[in-house]
Amino acid sequence: MLLEVRDLHVEFKTRDGIAKAVNGVNYSVDEGETLAVLGESGSGKSVTAQAVMGILDMPPGRIPRGEILFEGQDVLKLKEDRRRKIRGAGMAMIFQDALSSLNPVLSVGEQLGEMFVVHRGMSKKDSRAKAVELMERVRIPAAKERVGQYPHQFSGGMRQRIMIAMALALEPKLIIADEPTTALDVTVQAQVMDLLAELQRELHMGLILITHDLGVVADVADKIAVMYAGRIVETAPVHDIYRNPAHPYTKGLLESIPRLDQKGQELYAIKGLPPNLLNIPPGCAFNPRCPRAQDVCRTHVPPLYDVAAGRQSACHFWKETLDG
Amino acid sequence: MAEIIRTSPHARAEHEEAGATEAGAWAVPVDPATGGGETILEVRDLVKHYPLTQGIMRRKQVGAVKAVDGVSFDLGAGETLGIVGESGCGKSTVAKMLVQLEQPTAGAIRYKGEDITKLSGRALKAVRRNIQMVFQDPYTSLNPRMTVGDIIGEPYEIHPEVAPKGSRRRKVQDLLDVVGLNPEYINRYPHQFSGGQRQRIGIARGLALNPEIIVADEPVSALDVSVQAQVINLLDGLQQEFNLSYLFIAHDLSIVRHISDRVGVMYLGRIVEIGTDTEIYEHPTHPYTQALLSAVPVPDPTAREHRERIILTGDVPSPANPPSGCRFRTRCWKAQERCAQEVPLLAVPSVFRGVDTPAAHDSACHFAEEKAVVPH
Amino acid sequence: MPEPTTPQNPQGRNPHDEGAISALGGSGGAMDLAVAEGASLEKPPKPGRSGGDRARSLWSDAWHDLRRNPVFLVSGLIIAFLVFISLWPSAIASGDPLACDLAKAQQGSQPGHPFGFNGQGCDVYTRTVYGARASVTVGVCATLGVALLGSLLGGLAGFFGGWFDSLLSRITDVFFAIPVVLGGLVFLSVVPGTTVWPVITFIVLLGWPQIARIARGSVITAKQNDYVQAARALGAGNSRMLLRHITPNAIAPVIVVATIALGTYIALEATLSYLGVGLKAPTVSWGIDISSASGYVRNAPHMLLWPAGALALTVLAFIMLGDAVRDALDPKLR
Repeated sequence: MLLEVRDLHVEFKTRDGIAKAVNGVNYSVDEGETLAVLGESGSGKSVTAQAVMGILDMPPGRIPRGEILFEGQDVLKLKEDRRRKIRGAGMAMIFQDALSSLNPVLSVGEQLGEMFVVHRGMSKKDSRAKAVELMERVRIPAAKERVGQYPHQFSGGMRQRIMIAMALALEPKLIIADEPTTALDVTVQAQVMDLLAELQRELHMGLILITHDLGVVADVADKIAVMYAGRIVETAPVHDIYRNPAHPYTKGLLESIPRLDQKGQELYAIKGLPPNLLNIPPGCAFNPRCPRAQDVCRTHVPPLYDVAAGRQSACHFWKETLDG
Repeated sequence: MAEIIRTSPHARAEHEEAGATEAGAWAVPVDPATGGGETILEVRDLVKHYPLTQGIMRRKQVGAVKAVDGVSFDLGAGETLGIVGESGCGKSTVAKMLVQLEQPTAGAIRYKGEDITKLSGRALKAVRRNIQMVFQDPYTSLNPRMTVGDIIGEPYEIHPEVAPKGSRRRKVQDLLDVVGLNPEYINRYPHQFSGGQRQRIGIARGLALNPEIIVADEPVSALDVSVQAQVINLLDGLQQEFNLSYLFIAHDLSIVRHISDRVGVMYLGRIVEIGTDTEIYEHPTHPYTQALLSAVPVPDPTAREHRERIILTGDVPSPANPPSGCRFRTRCWKAQERCAQEVPLLAVPSVFRGVDTPAAHDSACHFAEEKAVVPH
Repeated sequence: MPEPTTPQNPQGRNPHDEGAISALGGSGGAMDLAVAEGASLEKPPKPGRSGGDRARSLWSDAWHDLRRNPVFLVSGLIIAFLVFISLWPSAIASGDPLACDLAKAQQGSQPGHPFGFNGQGCDVYTRTVYGARASVTVGVCATLGVALLGSLLGGLAGFFGGWFDSLLSRITDVFFAIPVVLGGLVFLSVVPGTTVWPVITFIVLLGWPQIARIARGSVITAKQNDYVQAARALGAGNSRMLLRHITPNAIAPVIVVATIALGTYIALEATLSYLGVGLKAPTVSWGIDISSASGYVRNAPHMLLWPAGALALTVLAFIMLGDAVRDALDPKLR
């Protein structure tokens, strides 16, 4: 297994108390596999990814428990300089906002080339040639001419391609993409997603795709982990989850999105609000919003029940949810 | 607010129609395009150019960003017109001109026959009562230093004739109730609410003056998926309750289809295609609409195998220097010589003229043809 | 790969709420924001804070908070005391600040003269008490004048923009180029006098551009918020937008800078007095005493200590007051 996250917990110290952002997350990704982590704001999906990458701000963040095994090695136990070597060469991250993730005063070529200078000890000249090669790989037209340009001279879609090129530079085994297309327009979104999926196949990398968009997930993922209040509530191969969700939250999400192919009547709406991380409801965190909630949901945290091969659901009533 | 709740939307519309004919101030023919309801808003050749200037003291105009460049549509009473398009297509600028936050460079916006772009002072204020806006960002659209009561009650301070002073608090609480918030929250500040609740507050403010038209600019795009549905249902319900007309602007095509009766697709400052939701979504004839629809990620993994996707190349050109002729031609796979020379008009394309088909709707393309891209 | 940076989108400007949480690791402030969002409604309302029938406004809530804020109470007491001794110095100092005895020059503390004597043999305690009037008058009046003039001009320039804004920006540039001390020497030799008023006039003339610049910037920021647009769409006039929506949201930086400036104005008065163009005897001021004592720090530190301590306490009190007022005007901190 390329990456295995085991029982990860992340907390943040805030003025009002301890915010429990991640509360025991388990997931794994293999080479050539795409795992989509689906969740709303505050679900802990990005925080988990930041913990995996080792870019959490600590403090205020803290990892009280858990293991992150990258190629069998717990990266949480590594020294910072070893960890830094893994970042970039072992795993790389693509962010939502490409403009603020790129340095505005350095040319794109310099930023891409820098990685080869730092990690591979290449000369300036060779690194520039590498930069052009990378830009061609992510299909930026006229790469030779544009390598000296600055980030603001590129459009949003092109900037996101540069971010992808940067992540790919050292040929990492794992890419974490945090809402890579959320800031882009629909037509550009499709271009970028296609590129990402293609490169992943070509390079046989593991890909963790973090998103709130059920549509994007359906288009590219192999398996899905749905997060709510810092926990995974359902994991499943992509086809199963859309056909027949085993958790009321997933079911609610799927039913609440309007469809492109029909003009619907009233939308199903999950009642209530996402929970407060400072004060997560006891038992199942989703119980105040759940149509199926019983007394047991308010007292006992549901474990991840095995629903079928490769499928798990953290719902006491997963059977009933599956049946209807 | 209470008195409107009791009046059925139907009765209200009738009442207004009667009042209008009596006064004889305006008479608008029933437009089939707006689903039978009378047209209450006509937008004609709306243009907004932002000048690009050089020089510090004496500003010299060196060009213009053509944000909106000749947009026309009608909005009927009780109807929802959706406007979709990518960022920079000018849809938000249209919204701002409708609520008079921007002055159009040219063109007319006729509310019940009267061009509101020329109004000022008291007449403008009166029109504003009837056309209200719901903003995209629930975090910046509410003044953080005002209580919810002050925010929703502000319309009454600006238009004191709508509600006498003593009744305002009551009305604000009624409004909170209407949008599904606890009326006791009246003394709280916006930051004490979540995004979805804040958007409800923004909607309540928009409703306070009993407007006929609500312009909603991406009202749910800043909200979480599970909360979006709540707000969309609220907007749907309010429309029926108060017979509101919506101009609903969004980039999310699924949401627009859900809420709209008719849909207009914008590209680089122009409407390229407009029609009923079935016409646009099931029978699109403009290549841009087809590309846009095919690019929408569909939450159905089985669709990815047998679904044709049109992936456009390149980016949207700069509105400061749009392509000649058809503005979409630089990204269009059908583009020919003619597209660079001749601006395609927004009308029923000649191939469909006189044919009884849903494809016979306004589409600004020289080579319009039907192509179903939405999977079933 | 260079050290990856977390995209920071603290203020929910982001098209998707996730921005707030992804910035969670990026900045503590964003964390507070993200948590506060879900948090606040769960909290039971503080007793007497909400649910009451009385309509609340920003100012009444601010006053409600201030009355319970110890920082405000302490600084308010100090300032009240200062104002009191500025008006009636004889109430706590029976001596005459101008009655000096050269024979007692630089002597330390002795019965009846707790602070000792200064270089001219005047009683330091009496002079420190009497000096409050001039220093507090200069500090408060100059700050008020600067803040009013600066925020009015800067605020209007920021709000209306256009040629007035360009003109004002150029004028402030010119004023920033004037060296303070040289300007003071020229101005006060042209407009002489022994009272505090020429000094105050000079400070206001020279100080307003600083506040104007800050006020302009913060008005421009506030103006771009959608709630100002929303008010305009409702038909609100310029005055309502300025008073109701922009001023309360733009005033915080002005308050902060003005309270800090208050201390520097008292110090500036001291500098000018030291150069012989500011206040002159028989006016008593901390500035004069500090500058005349500065040469004797080694031999007779008490001469410097008492007026300087009084000045420091005054400045601190005003800064604390400014801080408390700013916080009270921010509902997010409640």
